[in-house]
Amino acid sequence: MPPGITFGDFYNILPELVLTAGSLVVLIADVLLPRRSGGWLAWITLIVIGATLASLVPFRETRVEVANGLIAVDQFALFFKVVFLGAAALTVLMSVRYLEIEGASPGEYYFLILCATLGMMIMAGGIDLITIFIGLETMAVSFYILAGFIKPNQRSNEAAVKYFLLGAFSLGILLYGMSLMYGLSGTTNLRVMAMTFAGQESDPRLILAVMLVAAGVGFKIAAVPFHMWAPDVYEGAPTPITAFLSVGSTAASFAMLLRIFLEGLPSMKPEWRVLFEGLAIVTMTVGNLAALTQSNLKRMLAYSSIAHAGYVLIGVVAGTPRGVAAMLIYVLVYAFMQLGAFIVIVLMRRQDIVGDELKDFSGLHVRHPFAAFAMLMFMLSLGGIPPTAGFMGKFWLFGAAIDAGYVWLAVIGVLNSAISLYYYIRIVVFMYVKKETAGSEPTMSPALGIALAVAVIATIALGVYPRLLFELAEASARTLGAAAITTAIR
Amino acid sequence: MVPVGACLGLSAVLFGIGLIGFLSRRNIILMLVSVEIMLNAVNVSLAGFSRQLQDQRGQVLALFVIAVAAAEAAVGLGLVLALSRNRPGVNVEDLTQLKW
Repeated sequence: MPPGITFGDFYNILPELVLTAGSLVVLIADVLLPRRSGGWLAWITLIVIGATLASLVPFRETRVEVANGLIAVDQFALFFKVVFLGAAALTVLMSVRYLEIEGASPGEYYFLILCATLGMMIMAGGIDLITIFIGLETMAVSFYILAGFIKPNQRSNEAAVKYFLLGAFSLGILLYGMSLMYGLSGTTNLRVMAMTFAGQESDPRLILAVMLVAAGVGFKIAAVPFHMWAPDVYEGAPTPITAFLSVGSTAASFAMLLRIFLEGLPSMKPEWRVLFEGLAIVTMTVGNLAALTQSNLKRMLAYSSIAHAGYVLIGVVAGTPRGVAAMLIYVLVYAFMQLGAFIVIVLMRRQDIVGDELKDFSGLHVRHPFAAFAMLMFMLSLGGIPPTAGFMGKFWLFGAAIDAGYVWLAVIGVLNSAISLYYYIRIVVFMYVKKETAGSEPTMSPALGIALAVAVIATIALGVYPRLLFELAEASARTLGAAAITTAIR
Repeated sequence: MVPVGACLGLSAVLFGIGLIGFLSRRNIILMLVSVEIMLNAVNVSLAGFSRQLQDQRGQVLALFVIAVAAAEAAVGLGLVLALSRNRPGVNVEDLTQLKW
């Protein structure tokens, strides 16, 4: 008979509780504060995020299972939680002026961003199918609403409906796979499940479950062939939400993927390895080739984020602690460079100009040298050029693949990086070589300035001094997988 | 006593109906209905497994699925409402502002 939930369990989920309470504070503050006080709400939201980050501090070394194995509090979850909260903070900073221009009400917006973050944190910590599912839906439903937040805008409506339909569809597939996993193992706890499956012969029904779950997760990380929603949703959704979606949602889905497959189904490794190998190759290649022809920057970044999901999948294929550590590093590095690129796009958004077309960037270095320099850094980083963080991320990922004996997978990854340089450099050419076009000047706001500076500094610093990050990521990765399973016996 | 095989068979048939419905229908509301059928197929299979295993967790998960399906339907209909206010028609073929 399992023991009930103790008081200590509540202490261990303190960060989640702080975030929940904080999101409610934002909702109440929206009612109490006078109209047109979006700036204040943004700062309250940032304080909530800061308080949540502070409440993570006591759990640096913790490694426990909460509530009889529903959520794990360990360094793996901690690493992801820091990434989510950082991404949420940058998203809030870039939203302030965007919301003013669009004339949308800020209260529910910030509340939903915090809700989505809460869902991501639960996904990263969940070691039980029930918790993972709840976290996933908390995040997904928040994002459905956020994608359609600019109600008078038809493109935003359309993006939200498309995201919702395909999200709900993928949920059905994922859940069907989960129900098969439950039926075959007799438990919803992933660690107990791993012990049940250990040593069993591979069952065709279990292979079906693996395929269904992989397809469901594939939708969430926008892996080819489950990627068709991504470009439309990224283009139509409000730009800060696109940024948060491409970083937060993807990172959380990778955390979920690692939990399910490395913790729950290590016995099926030969089967899912082949599956993800194929997905990684197709995703990288299709993402990069499709990005080549795009003229809308948000759409181009959508395809590029598909390609990056392909690179990260290489780490799953490797499946070693080193591969997982490389994935963690890449997710963090990618968060800064991708969010940074979107901050520049938000900067280009003025009353009269949407600012996400390639031609809007013509001659940007004359009009706004700092924004152009920042964009240059992000593009070099996304392309994987040495002094930046993106290079380090790719270096560890491909290194992990070679380590695990997947040399040719690394070769395909490098070839793809070379292709991707073409469309990243094209933006740089537009900014630095082309003649400038007429139009109103991009103006910096304090919040945008802070966000942009943070992203640029992180992109450069993580590239120049990656040692510390690597040690952190490796320690986090070690808490996942086989070592964790042996400690979970009860 | 219903055998577990029957539950799973029903679940598979329902899931298939939902899947084919989602892929073949072009009306957003009917696509939503198809997704709901898929989720209910999951519930049937979870309940069947739960009964066979004499374990409550499957039913707990099924309850959560029901709650989430309701929340999703509310959000989805809200989004469709926002869409149809700006322009008539609820077919996915009308969604052409962004390349599908």
